[in-house]
Amino acid sequence: MQTFDLEQNGLRALNKALQVTDPASNQTAWEVVNARGSHAIAVGLDAPIEVTVRGSTGYYCGGMNKQATITIDGSAGPGTGENMMSGKIVIEGDASQYLGATAHGGLIVVKGNAASRCGISMKGVDIVVHGNVGHMSAFMAQSGNLVVCGDAGDALGDSCYEARFFVRGKVKSLGADCEKKEMRPEHIEILTRLLAEAGCDAKPEEFTRYGSARKLYNFDVDNAAAY
Amino acid sequence: MTDKKIPMTLPRQSATFTNEVNSEIRRAAATGIYDIRGGGAKRRVPNFDDLLFMGASISRYPLEGYREKCETSVTIGGLHAENPIELDIPITIAGMSFGALSGPAKEALGRGASAAGTSTTTGDGGMTPEERGHSTKLVYQYLPSRYGMNPDDLRKADAIEIVVGQGAKPGGGGMLLGQKISDRVAEMRNLPKGIDQRSACRHPDWTGPDDLEIKILELREITGWKVPIYVKVAGARPYYDTTLAIKAGADAIVLDGMQGGTAATQDVFIEHVGQPTLAIIRPAVQALQDLGMHRKVQLILSGGIRSGADVAKAMALGADAVSIGTAAMIAIGDNDPKWEAEYQKLGSTTGAYDDWHEGRDPAGITTQDPELEKRLDPIEGGRRLRNYLKVMTLEAQTIARACGKNHLHNLEPEDLVALTMEAAAMAQVPLAGTEWWPGKPGSSF
Repeated sequence: MQTFDLEQNGLRALNKALQVTDPASNQTAWEVVNARGSHAIAVGLDAPIEVTVRGSTGYYCGGMNKQATITIDGSAGPGTGENMMSGKIVIEGDASQYLGATAHGGLIVVKGNAASRCGISMKGVDIVVHGNVGHMSAFMAQSGNLVVCGDAGDALGDSCYEARFFVRGKVKSLGADCEKKEMRPEHIEILTRLLAEAGCDAKPEEFTRYGSARKLYNFDVDNAAAY
Repeated sequence: MTDKKIPMTLPRQSATFTNEVNSEIRRAAATGIYDIRGGGAKRRVPNFDDLLFMGASISRYPLEGYREKCETSVTIGGLHAENPIELDIPITIAGMSFGALSGPAKEALGRGASAAGTSTTTGDGGMTPEERGHSTKLVYQYLPSRYGMNPDDLRKADAIEIVVGQGAKPGGGGMLLGQKISDRVAEMRNLPKGIDQRSACRHPDWTGPDDLEIKILELREITGWKVPIYVKVAGARPYYDTTLAIKAGADAIVLDGMQGGTAATQDVFIEHVGQPTLAIIRPAVQALQDLGMHRKVQLILSGGIRSGADVAKAMALGADAVSIGTAAMIAIGDNDPKWEAEYQKLGSTTGAYDDWHEGRDPAGITTQDPELEKRLDPIEGGRRLRNYLKVMTLEAQTIARACGKNHLHNLEPEDLVALTMEAAAMAQVPLAGTEWWPGKPGSSF
């Protein structure tokens, strides 16, 4: 495993090294030390490499990730995994706001809690939060799955499109055009897979599914009060 | 007894309740929904027509037309980027999305811009291979919706433009109505076909200038600090927005006035929110000068630019370049009189057609209808745009030479006078025939 001291060598050198790592080499595992809440750590990666960041990270760790597996051995700042395309991000602690914003693919796992707007405008990513999520989570979520093993805050799934939300605990309130949905076998199957991939031992049967009521998909003046 | 004819007072139309106003009241009453349309502000606002160049005199000698050189090139983004954009002319093509515009229209814009030696810009919907392929210099917009955003396309871009606002609708998002959501548009945006697609009004993962600085850092790290990063703002608070964008690390500021077009938004928004292009340039230039960044961070002005005279005036007031959207569409065939019969069937007329959101554009530009799209030949459209850009450049050079300037960037406010008090105040140049403008330092007005 390569060890990179971020404080000593700087962010540009880190991202440059990670972005050019040859997956066929024997240097595909990296450990980043002295992260100290730095922003934009391990962004724009595009290879099946493994990066472990020791300590907490600032904004946008793992932004636009493709293929790489990034583990944050601490808590993560705002916008972690934003616009991720594929790969995996595991946050051992808590995640700040905008987790996985607009992300297209891959899996993001939060072992603790995630703050507000978790999964905002998500476009295909899967997010599993072992704890709770804050208000306005999955706002304008387009596709993908958000799994919340704890509780969800206010306005879950507000103005969502085709994304699915699975919540084991309580939902403080649902956002505009978000409703409770029937949990069909295919949803149990999806949930079982995601919980297993996220290392979570919760039972799929304990969850409730939510999604779009699809009443606001085309503008209708009679729905104006809902906006 | 004979009939006595009583003279009648002519019917008097109200200046407040005009026929146009009344028709909108009736339309609103019938439908219950506000009017949505494309384009920019149609109302008359103080604009570049209210300024004049003085030309040469005994104290200023001119350059010889067609003989003495007048440079037009501009470099954008040299402050932080390894590969700044070098343009032959200071007129760029503004961001317009595939989705709002047809594929052939985007191709025509790319062809025309490339032939004229300038850049074109993606829009809210991602980058298409056709657009990339036909654009030698392509600016990739980074918008709140992030529709189609991905790191591969980001790295294919020659510059990145973070869009904070748009002159037609400062503080507003957008809506691409379901009728324009073809299979391809739906796929690019990860949304079902046929539903209205909302473009958010603010970015999902940052708010405020401190966050913007970090967002710019992230984008630079992803793209290896190679390409310039622009920040586009609406003409709302130009001094402070320019200041904050510079502080956040922008390489260039794109400043869009209220005459700038949109694919679709509420008419009330277009006509009543934002400031005229003429009013926003001087505060932005002042911000650049106060920070010692004028000509280091480039200012690109947009919103109702139509001619070489407008280009020259914008540059005289301190812009490094301008950007055109509506004018470029007209150049490739939008609102062309040859479609008058069809405009009338749609309840409009040549020059007034603005229902770009409906996807029924007779010119085949603001549509995703496969049959209508065929009406625009992208090669011919590209040629027309190139011609238009060349004419604008020649016009601007003509004026610059007459003012004795060997580069468009050497034009200055001292070359201008204003025809109206409003224009004098906004442009901070003297009212014609005087040495004075409202708000001039040391004046008592």
